[in-house]
Formats: sequence, structure tokens, C-alpha cells
Amino acid sequence: MRTAVPEFPEARLRELADRYAAAVAAKRRRVWLGSAVLIAAAIAAGWMGDVNFGNFVENFWRFPAYFASIAPKFSLSTAWVDLTEWLWGLPRWTRLLGDTLLIAYMGTLTGAICGFALCFFASANLVKSRTTVFVTRRVLEFCRTVPEIVFALIFVLAFGLGPLPGVLAIAIHTTGALGKQFAEVVENIDSKPIEGVAASGGSWLQIVRFGAVPQVLSNFVSYALLRFEINVRGAAVMGFVGAGGIGQDLIEAVRKFYYTDVSAILLLIIVTVMLIDLITERVRHGLLGLEGSAA
Amino acid sequence: MNSFSFENRAGIVERHPDVFRPDWWHRGKIAIGVGGAVALFLFGIVQLDIPFHRLSEGMVKLGEFVRLMLPPNPGSWAEVLKYLHALGETVSIAFLGTLGGALLALPVSLLAARNVVANWIVHLLTRRSLDTIRGVDTLIWALIWVGVVGLGPFAVILAVICSDFGTFGKLFSEAIEAADKNPAEGVRSLGGNHLHSVRFGLLPQVFPILLSQVLYYFESNTRSATIIGIVGAGGIGLQLAEQIRVLEWQKVSFLILLILITVSAIDWMSGKLRFAIIGKRAIS
Repeated sequence: MRTAVPEFPEARLRELADRYAAAVAAKRRRVWLGSAVLIAAAIAAGWMGDVNFGNFVENFWRFPAYFASIAPKFSLSTAWVDLTEWLWGLPRWTRLLGDTLLIAYMGTLTGAICGFALCFFASANLVKSRTTVFVTRRVLEFCRTVPEIVFALIFVLAFGLGPLPGVLAIAIHTTGALGKQFAEVVENIDSKPIEGVAASGGSWLQIVRFGAVPQVLSNFVSYALLRFEINVRGAAVMGFVGAGGIGQDLIEAVRKFYYTDVSAILLLIIVTVMLIDLITERVRHGLLGLEGSAA
Repeated sequence: MNSFSFENRAGIVERHPDVFRPDWWHRGKIAIGVGGAVALFLFGIVQLDIPFHRLSEGMVKLGEFVRLMLPPNPGSWAEVLKYLHALGETVSIAFLGTLGGALLALPVSLLAARNVVANWIVHLLTRRSLDTIRGVDTLIWALIWVGVVGLGPFAVILAVICSDFGTFGKLFSEAIEAADKNPAEGVRSLGGNHLHSVRFGLLPQVFPILLSQVLYYFESNTRSATIIGIVGAGGIGLQLAEQIRVLEWQKVSFLILLILITVSAIDWMSGKLRFAIIGKRAIS
């Protein structure tokens, strides 16, 4: 049995086909144009950034060679001795890693508290004054746009070498980053509890305390944990400019070509960062009630 | 007359005793959490040997620095040209690094997505290697690449490509896993093979999301690219670090101002582009 397929007359069919072809061609043209702009920009950037493929191809062997040279020397018969020799500095490095974690923690906590205090002034739904919102936002933007390392460099000059400049630099950067994210959360909250508190005669502080904070707290903690994760990475390189933690030993090992030390310290950093990632991910999913839904 | 105001609290408490009964279990948890956080902070102060006596003199010095920074002053026009060139290098680093990282990450993220490649060993291996690459900070990558191709912005571009490769691989694969699977099934049911279903069922869905993520990272890489020069590899970070070391505060503030302007310009542009690509509503 044949099913009847309704067919348009030839002329109408051609018109529709043409229109379809035109639509596809227009889209294609847009894609080509976009690609051309992208390629042109890439070439300009390549010229500006001294990209040199000859150099790259010629020296690429050094990349695997570098990893080969930092790899620890292992042989089966003396595996244990080799391992202890490779990780000879473990007690010192663990202590420095602990310092790095503490720097990240103290910076994150201080920054989170400052961000928490400032975010309500940056939320247009809580503060009527446009100026306050604008000024607070610009301050937060300044804090997060100037890189942490730059703050650290300046603070090292002001406070001397050691973990203090690292903590302060991370705290300022975290204030900017978290303040912005917190403010976005606050702007998205349900306005009914706020109106409720305002209607029953609550002051501005009471509006924030009873109307806004209970709605946003779990989100805030989740963002702060995510920031802690990022800050652990940032704290690992704070030592590059003399601001404490494991980074100092790492850059020394790199500069003095203590190859196996480089790999040992890198391994320790990577393992620590991964562990922190895993733990904070667990806690965050628990906080947001996502347990089990994400792997 | 029931009056709901703060003056009448006693009356409200009497009518709704459940709401006002203290929940000791909940309070205990909060107290333990806050107490633990404070204790760890105090432990940090002791362990890191934070010199609080230096805090006040440091603040005074910092105030002095800020006073010396004003007004921002690059020195001469030759200096301005030099800084603008360094800025161009930095933006190029961010641009090429993001682009290269995204191009490398796209195929790998397909391998890492469970709905494209079902083999769990492939999935696990790619995920863990991406994690490892991501765990190494861009500054450390830059140090490694400086050893390979020598000092200069090219080494930093390669470093940004490496660390973005790890980040994008993870983000892309998550976006791909979150995609609706009906279009892919539709393509299969019409007789397309697995590659067809990825090309026509999956990629058109996720492509705008990926593009928006790439643009977002271009912006954030401009921020981070400003600092990588601190290891000696060019860009505006190198200039900034040099000027800080020689205490030329007016030049430092000029450079910081330059960075602020550039980042907000790129911020604005990428925001516009993202809206154009995926529509205002889709950006949450």
C-alpha cells in the first residue's frame, strides 16, 4: 500500500527550496566572516606575541626532555631508597604546604568576611542610593582586577618578607571576587521576606539580617569554598615573590636546576590541590543539596 | 486586634511557640562551625608567625607608597609607547592562549564526556590528566616553557594554552554531559552513525555555551596574563614588576591604571559578544 505524501506544486516547491538555500547561505556567510575575523586577529596577535613556529618545532624536544630530567631515578632493586632520596625534603615540604594552605585559608576567611560586609552595599535591591552601589562596585572591581601577585609584590615591600603579605594579597583579591559574586546572589533573592521585614518596621540592618541573609547563606558558603580552592593554587605561587609557602622552595629548585626536587614539589602541590578540590566539591554539593546528582 | 509589629513580640511568641523555640541542635552545629573556623585562624596566626607589630608600620609605609603613586605618571612618551607595546603583548597572550587552549580541549572534552564515549577507562584517564594539567599554576607552566622556547611572550602563550587546555577540557565535557540527549537520538533514529549524532545532535546544542565560556575565560586570562611576565617572560607584568622593584611608584600606578582600563574594555566587549551569541536570557 502506498501512502499519499502531499506534495507542493513545482513552482512553490522551488521557491521554498530557494528560500531554505538562502537562509543556509546567509548563516554560512556569517560563519565564514566570523572565522576570517578570528584568523586575522590570531595572526595579528601572533605577530605581536612573537610566535615563532620554527623555534617551537626546533626546541619542542626540550619539553619532554624537561619532564624526563625532572623525573626521579628509579630502579626496581633499590626502589625504596630511591623513593626516600627523591622525597628527601618531605618533612620540610609538608610544613611549607601546610603554611600554603593556612595562607590560603586565612586570606579566604578574611576576604570572605570583608566581601560579606560589602556585598549588601553593592546590591541595588537593598540599597536605594545609586552612589553607594556604584562606589562599592568600583572598589570591588579594583580589588579583583589588580592581580594578587601585584598586591603581594607591593606588600612585601611594605610589610617585609613572610606569609603576611601573601595573606593580605589573597584577602584583598578574595574580597573583590567574592563581593561581586555575593552581590549577584543577593540581587537574585526573593523580595517577599525583605518586604515583610520592612513592612513590620524593621530597620535596614534587620532587613538584611532577617530578610536577606537566611536566603543567601548556603550559596555564600559554597562560593567561599570554591574561592578557597582557587586560592590554594594562588597561594602555591605566592612564594615566587617572597610571600611565604611552598612557592619559595619551588622557584628555588627551578632556578638552581635541582631537577628531581622540582618534580617532587610539583607532585605534592598537585596532590594537595586535588585533595582540596575533592573535599570542597563534596561539601559544596552537600550544601546545595546536589548530593548524588553530580559525579 | 492582632497587631504584627515588633512592639507586640510577646503576644506573637505566645501564639506561635513552635517558631520561637530555640533549636539547640542547629545552634550547636553553627557554634562548632564558627568556633572551628576561628580556632583554625588563630592557629594560623601562631603557626605562620604573623608579625602584628609590623602591621601598623607596614600600613604607614603603604600609605606612603599610595601618596607617592599619585598622580599616575608614565614619565615620557617613549615610556608610554613601550608600555602600550607590552600591553599589546599581554592581550595577544590572553587571546592566543585562550584560542589554542579551546581548540585543543574540544576533541579531548568529547573523549571525557560520558555520553559521547561510553568507555569508563577512557573517561577516567582523560579526566585525571585534565585535572593534573589544571593543578599546575600558569606561572609554573610559564617557567617550564621558558626553559623550552626561551624568554619572551611566546613561552607565556604556550603556558596559557596548557593551563586553559585543562580548564576548558573539564568545563566543555561538563557542558556536553548536561546536553539534552533527544536530538542525538533523533539523528540516530534517522540512520545516522555515532559521529553524525555528535556532529548534528550534540555540537549545535553546546556550541553557544562553549563559546560563551571561551569568551569568559578570554576576559579572565587578560587578568592573569598581566602577571605572568613577573617570571621574566614579557608583557605588561614584566614592566610592572620592574617598576615596583625600582620603586617608581608613579609608573606603577600608571601601569595599574592601564591594566584596569584594558580589562574593563575586554570585559565590556566580551559581554556584548556573549549576549549576541547566546541571547540575554541564557546567561545566568
